[in-house]
Amino acid sequence: MNRFEQLSVEAYSSILKTEENIAKQRSVGLYDGEERSPVFDRGILYLTPTNLIWIDEEDESLAIRLHLSTIILAEDQRAGSDQSSKISLHLNPPSENFSPVQVSEANHVKLSFREGGMTEFFRRLSDTLMRKRWETVVGVKPVGPPSRREMRTGISGIEKTLQAQQATVNIHISKAFEDLSNLMTMAKDTVNLTKNLVSRLKNKQGEITEDETTQLKSYLLSLGVDDPVTRDAYGNDNSYYRGLAIEVSSVMSKPLKEKGGLMTLTDVYVYVNRARGFELVSPEDLLRACRLMESLRLPTKLKVFDSGVVTLELSDLMDADVVKRTKEALDKSPLTPEMLSREFGISVVLAREMLLLAEARGAACRDESIEGLRFFPNKFVLSK
Amino acid sequence: MNRRVGIGAIDKKKLTEARFRDRGEELAADQLRQLSSQLGTLKSKVEEFAEKHKNEIRKNLEFRRQFQEMCASIGVDPLASSKGFWSEMLGVGDFYYELGVQIVEVCMATNHKNGGIMPLEELFQRVVRSRRKTSGQQLSTDDILRAIDKLKILGNGFTLIKLDRGRILVQSVPGELSLDQNQVIQVAQETACITVLDLKVKLKWQEERSKKVLQDMVSSGFAWVDLQAGVGNSDIVYWFPTLFSASFNSDATS
Repeated sequence: MNRFEQLSVEAYSSILKTEENIAKQRSVGLYDGEERSPVFDRGILYLTPTNLIWIDEEDESLAIRLHLSTIILAEDQRAGSDQSSKISLHLNPPSENFSPVQVSEANHVKLSFREGGMTEFFRRLSDTLMRKRWETVVGVKPVGPPSRREMRTGISGIEKTLQAQQATVNIHISKAFEDLSNLMTMAKDTVNLTKNLVSRLKNKQGEITEDETTQLKSYLLSLGVDDPVTRDAYGNDNSYYRGLAIEVSSVMSKPLKEKGGLMTLTDVYVYVNRARGFELVSPEDLLRACRLMESLRLPTKLKVFDSGVVTLELSDLMDADVVKRTKEALDKSPLTPEMLSREFGISVVLAREMLLLAEARGAACRDESIEGLRFFPNKFVLSK
Repeated sequence: MNRRVGIGAIDKKKLTEARFRDRGEELAADQLRQLSSQLGTLKSKVEEFAEKHKNEIRKNLEFRRQFQEMCASIGVDPLASSKGFWSEMLGVGDFYYELGVQIVEVCMATNHKNGGIMPLEELFQRVVRSRRKTSGQQLSTDDILRAIDKLKILGNGFTLIKLDRGRILVQSVPGELSLDQNQVIQVAQETACITVLDLKVKLKWQEERSKKVLQDMVSSGFAWVDLQAGVGNSDIVYWFPTLFSASFNSDATS
């Protein structure tokens, strides 16, 4: 929002009188970056060859404008996570000695079209931006110092420093964007070379030695190129995953014991990363590492339930133990998965799996009603 | 005679093939060497870049989005492994993995209330609130979606349910909604509640079908029953707590 300037009633009426009125839309709200602006929430948006002017629908004296030359790029956003369609405007850093309406970190603003009209407005805006009429229309360029609300010197002083800081940040960021795209061009070449090599290998197997294949796989992985070659059991020949498997196993042994021997992998992910604090483990790495556990004979191992739920469990845990514990809990009272999850301090997903397992082993009976799935101890078997 | 020519031809062909193979091997080995040197250069460039701009990736959401999009466009997933050099040097990994942890925590904490389905917008708000301490970092729903995408492989936990106008529900428990259940959610998304009659009018469903679907949803915790809304038995109103805040949010933003 720090590229907008305030307009007096006279100023905007003169602009609107002298400049061609290309488009107009009611009920437009502004977003400062991703933040919805509480002040500029519902107004009429005008598009002229050089300016975007926003006038509050209730208070006509509240008006701001954005010079079109500050817009780098306009994007339409039909599919936001909330309702209204939006146009987002990416902006140049503000020029020095510019007195903005509001200090802001964001380099973009959004126009939210609460009562539609976005598509039409966007079309005209893009059209106007392409013509760059402000380069030829000189007469109407910035009109003197804009009228501002009274502000104490102190505050405006602070504002100015903030602004100056902001300006340097902005320069830094645009430099960052530039560096990024250079970097990516370079990365692209490398990625292409990798893919080329991989496809050759796929067509004619065995062109390079075992060692070289391992090397290539590690390159693929480190670059983040997703390829079947990296996906198939790469972990075995990588010390990182072996190490990680051992670490996860030792970190999780205690909590696993406390929670009755098994936890969902999602919970393990949270637990392990909370324990680490930094240099977090990616979900994919965790899964790879856990897959190795069995072959490394660690005290924990991966288990996939029929439902697709993936858990980590103690290697010496027998289904019978789980069933026994579940049954003990059931003997106290009939249970829904939610209740068992509270009882054992585990996730609902897992509690459900445990109850289903108990059912399959004949230790529990289900009662399926509108109140959900509830399990009772299996008295049919016991009475025999 | 003919046969000998034939054999000779085959031998010749084999020879050529073998030569091609040799050449191919040479090329592949060459390329691998080239690749490793290129990777070395790239690595140093990324290091250089990280020194200058590491903070932007963590703090500036536009920058992050751009980075992700560029990676996608060249066919790279910077988040795949924590040992990948994007993640190691730029810290993008930690950012998203931590976000993943926070998302799981938020979902677990609200599971009992919404049956494990939450509007993306609400999830976003809650995550933002939970990470106040690391303020100074901007966050967008795009970041949330990327983090969720990574979590998917840890079992069939996270799925996205797309509603009209780009609204998205995040389901954090296993089990996909059936087609019928999905349709019910679609119809109910504006008001967050529905009756058997609504379904009859809007989807032309038989009463039995509607009842079955709704009861299933009640029993799995997605819907709540309201017996006091109407007079007759036909007026049972089914509420979807998941959609409360979605409709509340949309009131606030529209």
